[in-house]
Amino acid sequence: MNPIALLNSLPGAVSQGLIWGIMAIGVYLTYKILDVADLTVDGTMCTGGAVFIMLTMAGWSIPAALLASFIAGMLAGLATGLLHTACGIPAILSGILTQLALYSVNLRIMGKANQPINANNYRLLVSSRNVKVLSAENPILVVGILCVVLIAVLYWFFGTELGCSLRSTGSNSAMSRAQGINTNFTTVLGLMLSNGLVALSSALLSQYQGFADVSMGRGAIVIGLAAVIIGDVVFGKIFTNFALRLLSVVIGSIIYYAVYSLVIWLGMSGDDMKLITALIVALFLSIPYWKGKYFSNPAKRGGAANV
Amino acid sequence: MFEVKNIHKTFNAGTVNEKHALRGVSLTLNDGDFATVIGGNGAGKSTLLNAVAGVWPVDSGSISIDGMDLTHMPEHKRAQYIGRVFQDPMQGTAATMQIEENLALAARRGKRRTLRPGITKAERAEYIERLKILDLGLEDRLTSKVGLLSGGQRQALTLLMATLIKPKLLLLDEHTAALDPKTAAKVLDATDRLVSKDNLTTLMITHNMKDAIAHGNRLIMMYEGRIVIDVSGEEKKKLTVPQLLELFSKVSGSDEADDKLLLS
Repeated sequence: MNPIALLNSLPGAVSQGLIWGIMAIGVYLTYKILDVADLTVDGTMCTGGAVFIMLTMAGWSIPAALLASFIAGMLAGLATGLLHTACGIPAILSGILTQLALYSVNLRIMGKANQPINANNYRLLVSSRNVKVLSAENPILVVGILCVVLIAVLYWFFGTELGCSLRSTGSNSAMSRAQGINTNFTTVLGLMLSNGLVALSSALLSQYQGFADVSMGRGAIVIGLAAVIIGDVVFGKIFTNFALRLLSVVIGSIIYYAVYSLVIWLGMSGDDMKLITALIVALFLSIPYWKGKYFSNPAKRGGAANV
Repeated sequence: MFEVKNIHKTFNAGTVNEKHALRGVSLTLNDGDFATVIGGNGAGKSTLLNAVAGVWPVDSGSISIDGMDLTHMPEHKRAQYIGRVFQDPMQGTAATMQIEENLALAARRGKRRTLRPGITKAERAEYIERLKILDLGLEDRLTSKVGLLSGGQRQALTLLMATLIKPKLLLLDEHTAALDPKTAAKVLDATDRLVSKDNLTTLMITHNMKDAIAHGNRLIMMYEGRIVIDVSGEEKKKLTVPQLLELFSKVSGSDEADDKLLLS
């Protein structure tokens, strides 16, 4: 219970939070904007890293490998999107099917369940060993800048005609079709964009931790949702601008990893982390519900006596 | 010219819930025709409008506008020719988006949606002018979320959106049914103004026989998936509610043509 140990774990928590923040933005796009819970991301969260590591070891440049990861994620989103729109399978089931398929695909890409990459042999963009170094290679700086750039691009995109049609599809699909929007196309596009971002996050995470693992995406959707909801609970009232909303998702992700570090510091075993994660998410998911149920109409409790 | 030829639609075919909702409906509207549609519950009024809008494909028959065959065209493609207002005020607008964003979506109906800005300054000025026509004060609330508007305001906005790009056909599906009488009158008034301004070809379902007589130049009554009455011109202008009821009982062969059936 050394407070210095907790402080020491914070830079790592912030870097991980930032990396997962990009993943959480992907979840935000589907869950909040398209109004679809997309479970593909549990698979995509490994695919991006697997593609990145294999291509980097095959001699690809870092930017090219990152781009390839992004495209691989988009293809996963395309698969889910087509299962949903062209085959009429409910979105949640489409995501589960793709996620299951990706397990095999990820093993095929890597050739084994765990694929390490040596940071000494490759000029990786981020690495956990620079986390406490004050340099331009500090992952907090690198991923932080990347987050800001991504938020700026998404802010621009969702203000365009095409971006607006994506937002309206999630808001009201019947109305969108009546206004001439091909909602099947926008849904697929949204799923592709979301999974592309998740794969990008996965590529960063694999560099950060120095390996890709077939189970690294397990429960990713839960962590992504946690970040979205924590961000909404904490900043929902003050951040109304779209760019700030996306920022609140990233901060939500950082808070999640800070809480995670705290729990570990309190002496919990790593084996219990999935259970603890589920509990943390369940708690944060419950807060808006409890707030609405027990604290929204205090007048009711006092009855009509004060009228 | 809008033309529907002998369309049929059966829901849940082959099950106990089988419903032959449209039984050979044929209808021709000339340019500028404003037809009101009445009929009891399950007469097929909304089904007809949904068939025209392309919500699902019809079993047989054809639908065309200005000679273009729409029968197999998907819903979002038909939207470039058809403006729609729904019965449910929640259905016609995107609640989580701003008034101006909703209008900007409607202004791009039938056009390719590209990476150009979703709304421009010049458009905003135009929307303010258009919103003034509604006389609801919405021109001062361009950036309000539509979810904050009342049902009547939302219907009026949907109406404006449906006519922002002049549609070849305007479909109004009981668009005042969910509103209180005063608001309904206001929205109907706005409907008349917008329709006559652009001389729009219009098909309006209503559950109110007085409204059906007072608005438009044609009156159509449906019964059990068929059009049973179609009056226009002077004959329609002179119609009264009792006459309409009498007409209905004659055509339907039923003595129970009370207003309960028609007003339901």
